[in-house]
Amino acid sequence: MKRVQFSHPLMPYMLLLPQLAIVGVFFLWPAAEAIRASFYLEDPFGFGSTFVGLDNFKDVVSASEYSRTAWFTLIFSAAVTFFSLSIALLLAVKADNVIKGASTYRTLLMWVYAIAPPVAGLVGVMLFDQHIGPLNDLAHALGWNMQIGVNYFDTAFAMTVIAVWKQIPINFIFFLSGLQSVPKSVQEAAAVDCRSSSRRFWTVTFPLLAPTSFFLLIINITYALFDTFGIIDLVLKGEPGNNPVTLVYKVFLDGFRGNDLGGSSAQSVILMILVFALTVVQFRMIERRVHYS
Amino acid sequence: MKRSQFWDHTILVLGALFMLVPVVYALMTSSHDAVSIYKEGLQLSPGGHFVDTYKQVLTEAGGFTKSVTGLTMLWNSLVLGLGFAFGKIIISMLAAYAIVYFRFPLGTFFFWIIFSTLLLPLEVRILPSYEIVQGLGMANTYSGLIIPLIASATGTFYFRQFFKSVPDELVEAARIDGAGPLKFFIDILVPLSKTMIAAIFIIMFVFGWNQYLWPTLITTDESLFTLVRGMKQILQVWIGAQIPDTNQAMALAVLAMLPPVLIVVIFQSWFVKGLVESEK
Amino acid sequence: MAGIQLNTLRKIYAGNVEAVKGISIDIKDGEFIVLVGPSGCGKSTLLRMVAGLETITDGELFIGDRLVNNVEPADRDIAMVFQNYALYPHMTVYNNLAYGLKNRSIPKDEIEKRVRKAAEILEIGDFLDRRPRQLSGGQRQRVAMGRAIVREPAAFLFDEPLSNLDAKLRVQMRMEIKKLQKELGTTSLYVTHDQLEAMTLADRLVVLSGGVVEQIGSPIDVYEKPASTFVATFIGSPAMNLLPLAKSGNEWKLDNGATVDVKLNTDLSDLILGVRPEDLVIEELSEKFDTGLHTALTVHVVEPVGAESYVHGTIGEGSVDVVVRAPGKLHFEPGQILKVTAKPEKLHTFDTKSGKRIELEGALETA
Repeated sequence: MKRVQFSHPLMPYMLLLPQLAIVGVFFLWPAAEAIRASFYLEDPFGFGSTFVGLDNFKDVVSASEYSRTAWFTLIFSAAVTFFSLSIALLLAVKADNVIKGASTYRTLLMWVYAIAPPVAGLVGVMLFDQHIGPLNDLAHALGWNMQIGVNYFDTAFAMTVIAVWKQIPINFIFFLSGLQSVPKSVQEAAAVDCRSSSRRFWTVTFPLLAPTSFFLLIINITYALFDTFGIIDLVLKGEPGNNPVTLVYKVFLDGFRGNDLGGSSAQSVILMILVFALTVVQFRMIERRVHYS
Repeated sequence: MKRSQFWDHTILVLGALFMLVPVVYALMTSSHDAVSIYKEGLQLSPGGHFVDTYKQVLTEAGGFTKSVTGLTMLWNSLVLGLGFAFGKIIISMLAAYAIVYFRFPLGTFFFWIIFSTLLLPLEVRILPSYEIVQGLGMANTYSGLIIPLIASATGTFYFRQFFKSVPDELVEAARIDGAGPLKFFIDILVPLSKTMIAAIFIIMFVFGWNQYLWPTLITTDESLFTLVRGMKQILQVWIGAQIPDTNQAMALAVLAMLPPVLIVVIFQSWFVKGLVESEK
Repeated sequence: MAGIQLNTLRKIYAGNVEAVKGISIDIKDGEFIVLVGPSGCGKSTLLRMVAGLETITDGELFIGDRLVNNVEPADRDIAMVFQNYALYPHMTVYNNLAYGLKNRSIPKDEIEKRVRKAAEILEIGDFLDRRPRQLSGGQRQRVAMGRAIVREPAAFLFDEPLSNLDAKLRVQMRMEIKKLQKELGTTSLYVTHDQLEAMTLADRLVVLSGGVVEQIGSPIDVYEKPASTFVATFIGSPAMNLLPLAKSGNEWKLDNGATVDVKLNTDLSDLILGVRPEDLVIEELSEKFDTGLHTALTVHVVEPVGAESYVHGTIGEGSVDVVVRAPGKLHFEPGQILKVTAKPEKLHTFDTKSGKRIELEGALETA
């Protein structure tokens, strides 16, 4: 905070009012409502609801479909995070290395950030299409009879590829800026101390990138959990059937399609706890970083 | 040295192609006619129907939607992107100003209330949010589309970080120069934040333009569809068709990505700065 | 124009940290007062209390005849020059100077007149249309000064205004500030941690330590009669040598056994002896004094600094580093033993416990 602050009886409240009003109505209220609904069973015909304690949570967790979804979400998130981070890191290291065309590469590798997930999903679906998609042709040539939307694994594969493609740019931007902020003197000192450039990378540069990497790890997990909704929705073409879905997608399906309000809310609350934990971990790390400097 | 640079360039070119090719497919395919795409698959070379296709999707209803033209969807996307960006910047600047520059009872409490919104993304409270907004009669309105999205405190957080980095002496000098809180905000803080505002504007515009889940729920009236919101409808019609209008579907996808991509590319340095600063 | 009166000003921060512990200073109209002390001594806090940027916990502050404890900074009729200049980066130099005047609704032509005049005094007339980031450090410093001048205030407050400049520019600006202040005759309160800056600028120095005043006086007074060991070591470079002195029978002795010929009216059995490096004389190079201090010094190292040399050495076993400042280029071997001496009137004595100065008998008014 500032050493010197204004004190004024009304102004700060007036300044905060718009934000607080929006937060109250469109955040706190629905969040409270989600928590409340998770303890109630809604009458299917709309005649009120009954308090059922933790029953919704028990039903949700014990359903085999839920654990299947949870497993898929875990594997999907891990795959998206791992591949998008490692590809982006590789590209960032190379882009930091080259002397000629560095800014052109930067532009070429980052612009996909601006594409919305469902738009990526639409283009992806067409590229993987059985009749007109070149990626499908390519798989065929390699002896893989790819059937997106029919085969569980093939569908998951397409989702992952599209999700990784969409996520590489942001990771690239952060890694590159992280690399560029490694002081030149440190790089020069390392060059004097160590001959092998790959060893230099893993022992000096990479540890200095650790805070960036950690930040990106959280960002990517959040992305895989939530922001991939549009991609999944398009790849499934709105018809989930037996195909893989993530936990967030299931909240949406059960709440809007299945009309299982309590179950959907219970799942929301479970996700809230998950996100809450991730954010707390992230804030703790940021605090520690502040102490470094 | 030469050798290693060669491999660096090779990997970078491959990476750039990986990012570029899907979009080139979309762009090129949109310039062919539906029948030849149906026969020959997606295209990597330009065809002769570029103008026809775009004219058709922009001005004619039907095809993928019943009553809405591409132009209307483009307009809706623009309203969402701009409305969201402007709304967010104004509201979050005011809030951040109060939090950083004022001492007042309950200040810390309000700070935590606002920042609790960073904990729970819209996706985990989607159902009650939908019901509340619908209950308020805001379904199928621009305000119902835009305002609930502003609830998250990301903008406030960015501005708070930025205001904290403004040297303390400026507000002190301004006080000695006789500027009160309002004057300081308008004469000094806002002009100082210009670059930051631009950076956040770009990030927020792209973020708003690209919204999908919330518009999907809250706009069921086609005349309020954004391009991004329309993607699923387009795909569903495309699947159901005998000979699908792939060229038109791709054209709409290209239209949906064009404005945010242009903005990000043109204002690259601001955008990257804003994005990276926000991490700190 | 007006004087400033500080009556037992106190500042207590949240958490009961007392930063300023009841300080009183009476600043006369037109006087240049420098607050000097190490970081954390409360000097900046005190200045900011005068400016109105920190609230006053206790005590009274008068500017002119007006009690201003609860007056807004803008209404105290002061102007402040900040360490990092605090220029408004988005405004031109002209507008930086004019901003405070506009807020006071001073007529436009009057603003124009004052800005032009200040610009002329400070020789920044050519930069009025530029923005701060297009200026060099020295030019920004002038703009910051200009912003203070145009206000025509009762007092200038300077918060380490030169510490962001390089050494050469600092010396130059130091002289300009002094000259300007004399021309304008505006009461000034100036904070610095640099003792040289303090000595050269001040009409009177206020040496602060730990939130209390150690000494107030003219630079020469403070230098020649430091009120405490703190002042003695803080003012002057290299710092004054401090040596333990113990009573043995009727004589005062250093811990190497050398007798020091001082007359003291005290019951204490041990003291601290202070002697400035330039007051220690190497006997081999000069005449011998009959009274005062005579001792052997074991040389460690000689630092040549051009016109003079600093000879570092020790007096006896386990003694602290003693510095002798002697003219010319000297060469001594490490381990070489020299005889050093000092006149009795150049010796200072301090209480071991409180660090306060004890006046020597017969060492009257030599200055």
